[in-house]
Amino acid sequence: MNAPSPLTGHHGAPLRPLVEARGVTMRFGGVTAVADVDFTLGEVELRCLIGPNGAGKSTFFKILTGQLKPTEGRIRLRDTDITGAEPHAIARLGVGIKTQVPNVFNGLSVHENVFVAAGRRKSIARTRRIVDETLTRLNLTGIAGRTVGQLAHGQRQWVEIATVLAQEPELILLDEPAAGMTHEEVHRTAELIREINRTHALIVVEHDMPFIRMIAKTVTVFNQGRILMEDTVDAVLADARVRDVYLGKQAA
Amino acid sequence: MTSAAPARRLSAAGFLATLALGLAILFGAPHALDTFGLVQCTGFAALAMFGLSQGFVWGFAGVMCFGQAAFLGLGGYAYAVAVLNMGDSSVPVLLSILVPMLFAGLLGYFMFYGRISDAYIGVITLTVSVILFQLVNATSGSQYRIGVAELGGFNGIPAIPALNAPGHPDEPLDIEGIWYAAMGALILVYALLRGILASRLGRVVVAIRENETRAQLIGYDPRLYKLIAFMIAAGVAGLAGCLYANWGGFISPTVFALPMSAQVIIYVLVGGLGTLIGPMLGAVLIQALIIAAGSQSAVDSNLGLGLVLVGFVLLVPQGLVPVARSLGLRLLERRPRRVAGTAQDGLATGSAR
Repeated sequence: MNAPSPLTGHHGAPLRPLVEARGVTMRFGGVTAVADVDFTLGEVELRCLIGPNGAGKSTFFKILTGQLKPTEGRIRLRDTDITGAEPHAIARLGVGIKTQVPNVFNGLSVHENVFVAAGRRKSIARTRRIVDETLTRLNLTGIAGRTVGQLAHGQRQWVEIATVLAQEPELILLDEPAAGMTHEEVHRTAELIREINRTHALIVVEHDMPFIRMIAKTVTVFNQGRILMEDTVDAVLADARVRDVYLGKQAA
Repeated sequence: MTSAAPARRLSAAGFLATLALGLAILFGAPHALDTFGLVQCTGFAALAMFGLSQGFVWGFAGVMCFGQAAFLGLGGYAYAVAVLNMGDSSVPVLLSILVPMLFAGLLGYFMFYGRISDAYIGVITLTVSVILFQLVNATSGSQYRIGVAELGGFNGIPAIPALNAPGHPDEPLDIEGIWYAAMGALILVYALLRGILASRLGRVVVAIRENETRAQLIGYDPRLYKLIAFMIAAGVAGLAGCLYANWGGFISPTVFALPMSAQVIIYVLVGGLGTLIGPMLGAVLIQALIIAAGSQSAVDSNLGLGLVLVGFVLLVPQGLVPVARSLGLRLLERRPRRVAGTAQDGLATGSAR
């Protein structure tokens, strides 16, 4: 692990990481989508995952959220071993995800989407407050009554982000949050991510390099199911191997 | 908040209108109809409740239950057997709801927690209803009895005591009383299902129908919610079975048979999937049509009915209530803007409840 020490606190005392994956492997028949990945995320850390298509980023997200059970390896969320747990159980521990293909309640209104996400095990007054706050925060109040299935792709992305925030998770996973957004929306998304990161840990998968420069401190590069390197954003983007994998040349 | 409020008001207006119409029919029918008509309407009310159960589980929970007749039959038989043994009808009515619910709980547990896919849930529920039909059909002879109640095989159970005022088994309700019980129960169950759909439980059930993955990723266990919805629908179908048994004073294995399960799917398709009013309306329409087809001799009745159904599927695939609603909304949109905005919000929440 050559990660730039998210594991030590202000006074150099070791902090327990928020997420700790050890030797995580996912095989589909003969294809190994994720191979022996060790990954650590500190409390309130923002991490970007990059890598070419098929590098295993989304598969890794699915393993973290319980949508896939890893073939090998263990994952811990703070003190809890979440390897192979059901997705709803992991969500209840405080993990929220915006998936790559938007997963929203298409037949319901924007308001109802956020309400359902906010309302689990909360009083009705508190739920309403969260819904109002989230809609305002994401600028969705004006379209709160619209059916989500009729919205443009970018707006549906915002609705999905709103449902994730409304469930008040401690760790937020965003799979390509800027995809299909306009230039201005991308800026807003970056701003929002920085704001969320003041109190929450995030892992963001993205291909848009300018976007990554806007938000990232530490970047983890996936290639062919393995972690190619993990370093500061400047070091990663300057690295010759990273350029090679993005241009299709395979690094040794 | 602000923009979702008109939708809720619009849907509340629809609910109150339906409730008012229901009450008007409840108290008006005994005055407007003769005895024969009232008996016929009691049958309609029982089948409308059966339609309601299918409309709830299929239209709102998205569970493709194609064997809803299993629960209708279990409810009817549970009532018949219990009332013959007990005399007083209060506990038998409760049993007609609880027995199908428990059966649905067991069946649903294995289906939903076993991660059976939607299509197979249709096949399994249909198969279970056919198995129950064969099972009850094969109980001819006095050795098949529960307490004093002989199951009677394909002949069924005749002379089932009617409902009575709680604690007075010697005073069974007359035809008018049974009508009030059946129609009153239908209105109550409709209001109850509306309440469930407006509650958080109902919102989650509908959300799971819309996107099971998203519901899971925000912390809801879809298996549990589907199971609860499946059990609620089974209880409603069971109560419908109890009313059905009261209507004729007789029950036979045909309540479990394929035509019963198919008929209720047709009620929902004709009335409108994803609504509660639709399946009730569909039940009454189809039953009235069946009676009309049987009382004329110009066209073969099955052929005529078949043509009507094919016509519906081709011309009004969403069902009557959704079509009527969107027509109404289009009319509203021609009026000033403020009204049109409200109408769109109403459409947006899909508050077809």
